[in-house]
Amino acid sequence: MSSLEVEDLVAGYGGARVLHGVRLSVPAGEICAILGPNGAGKTTLLRALSGMVRARGVVRLGDTVLTGRPPDAVARLGVAHVPEGRGTFMPLTVEENLRLGAFVRRGRRAVEDDLERVCGYFPPLRERLGQVAGSLSGGEQQMLAIGRALMLRPRVLLLDEPSLGLAPLVTRELFRIVQAINQEERTTVVVVEQNAHLALGIAGQAHVLETGRIVLSGTAERIRADEQVAQSYLGYRV
Amino acid sequence: MAGFLQQVVEGLGAGAIYAGMALALVLIYQFTGIVNFAQGELAMFSTYLAWQGVAAGLPFWAALALTLVVSFAGGMLIERVVIRPVEGAPELTLVIVTVGLFIFVNAAAGWIWTFLIKDFPNPFPRGALELGGVSVGFSTLGVLGVVALVMGLLYLLFQHTKIGLGMRAVAANPVSARLVGIRVGRTLALGWGLAATVGAVSGVLVAPLLFLEPNMMGGVLIYAFAAATLGGFDSPAGAVVGGVIVGVAETLAGAYLGFVGSDLKIGVPLVIILGVLLVRPRGLFGRAVVERV
Repeated sequence: MSSLEVEDLVAGYGGARVLHGVRLSVPAGEICAILGPNGAGKTTLLRALSGMVRARGVVRLGDTVLTGRPPDAVARLGVAHVPEGRGTFMPLTVEENLRLGAFVRRGRRAVEDDLERVCGYFPPLRERLGQVAGSLSGGEQQMLAIGRALMLRPRVLLLDEPSLGLAPLVTRELFRIVQAINQEERTTVVVVEQNAHLALGIAGQAHVLETGRIVLSGTAERIRADEQVAQSYLGYRV
Repeated sequence: MAGFLQQVVEGLGAGAIYAGMALALVLIYQFTGIVNFAQGELAMFSTYLAWQGVAAGLPFWAALALTLVVSFAGGMLIERVVIRPVEGAPELTLVIVTVGLFIFVNAAAGWIWTFLIKDFPNPFPRGALELGGVSVGFSTLGVLGVVALVMGLLYLLFQHTKIGLGMRAVAANPVSARLVGIRVGRTLALGWGLAATVGAVSGVLVAPLLFLEPNMMGGVLIYAFAAATLGGFDSPAGAVVGGVIVGVAETLAGAYLGFVGSDLKIGVPLVIILGVLLVRPRGLFGRAVVERV
């Protein structure tokens, strides 16, 4: 088990800097929620963690420095990123999508077992293994995206707005499953969410990001309890 | 009736060659979104390599095997050196780069081997199989067999191997492919290598029917474009079906439409391209871009 440490992370697109020195620490096996308004840099933070955008500073997983590595190398080190928009391989079947999640793994037997395990978490996927992924509903595609990430047997799972575009009931179910995965597999999870209420419900620690800086960190309970925080940073009463 | 069937058989032979060339175009288009105008010239260059091998005393099939290996490596090299620097550039840039490649390869072949036509050995025996009044040349059978073999191998590669799954993933969603750990750059180079190899097979098959000279693939490439457009530029299976249809249509038009004859046959693919683009732009097997979110 290894914790995820982020120090002085600076990242952006072209000349536009989005993150101005982010520092945070996620203990191994915990769920960490990143909250904040639109445009705060939440998605960019995840992209910097997985190598999708260039970043300065240090991202460390255990003893391994992730910064400066391309996304495929970061994935091989056990970081599974479920990107904004879910990253579905539309023309491929559900099963092929899942198997791609395990692309860098060896050991056929273990991969078959994991396919079974993922179908256990997400029963609707089992019925649609042979179906083209592009024909799935939004909720099913989000399940597929998380299932694909699990197929890596990740040390860290990065989730970008899993609730986006989903009905409240589906979202709640999805968060319940993420929590179950975290508890059963001891997978470290970093979840970026607009829906602060749901994210705080499953997270241990939470960080509030505003215009590229962490303005508040603490336990999820404390942040949820802090009414002033809720109003000024999350924009509504929790 | 026998006469008609005879024409169909001739058309199938030609169509198999167009199918091979179209498949090479589709392979590259799928991975990089590039329509490679230099595909025909690369095939021509490969054919010269095979000819050179035979001229140097190698048995035909050994020369062919060597040519395919060199073509594969050459395709990967071109991706690295010529295409990689303009990756993600606007479409016009990419078109111009491949047209530049076309001119370069064409001139290089002329410089090395001159523009004088050469005879290319036919690897298949002379003679024909008589089937109920229709004669099927051994060389036609050979062409069909080789193209079918190439298609079969590609099908196995794409549908039943891990590398193939990775290649399809890159074609479908390169960003996501990178996130699951696939080395996308390497996969794109692999795609170019494969395309160059498939193209080389087409070149070697067509050379005995034409003459070997630097401009020999010009016509074939136009038929291949028609085949890929008809089948759908993002469908390898479509490219094959499209190639066969174009080959048969061309032969039948030449035989039965008096005003077409052999001079206007080259108009057939152009009519097909225009017709497909007007009626069904994505082609017979192409994917319409409809996605649920």
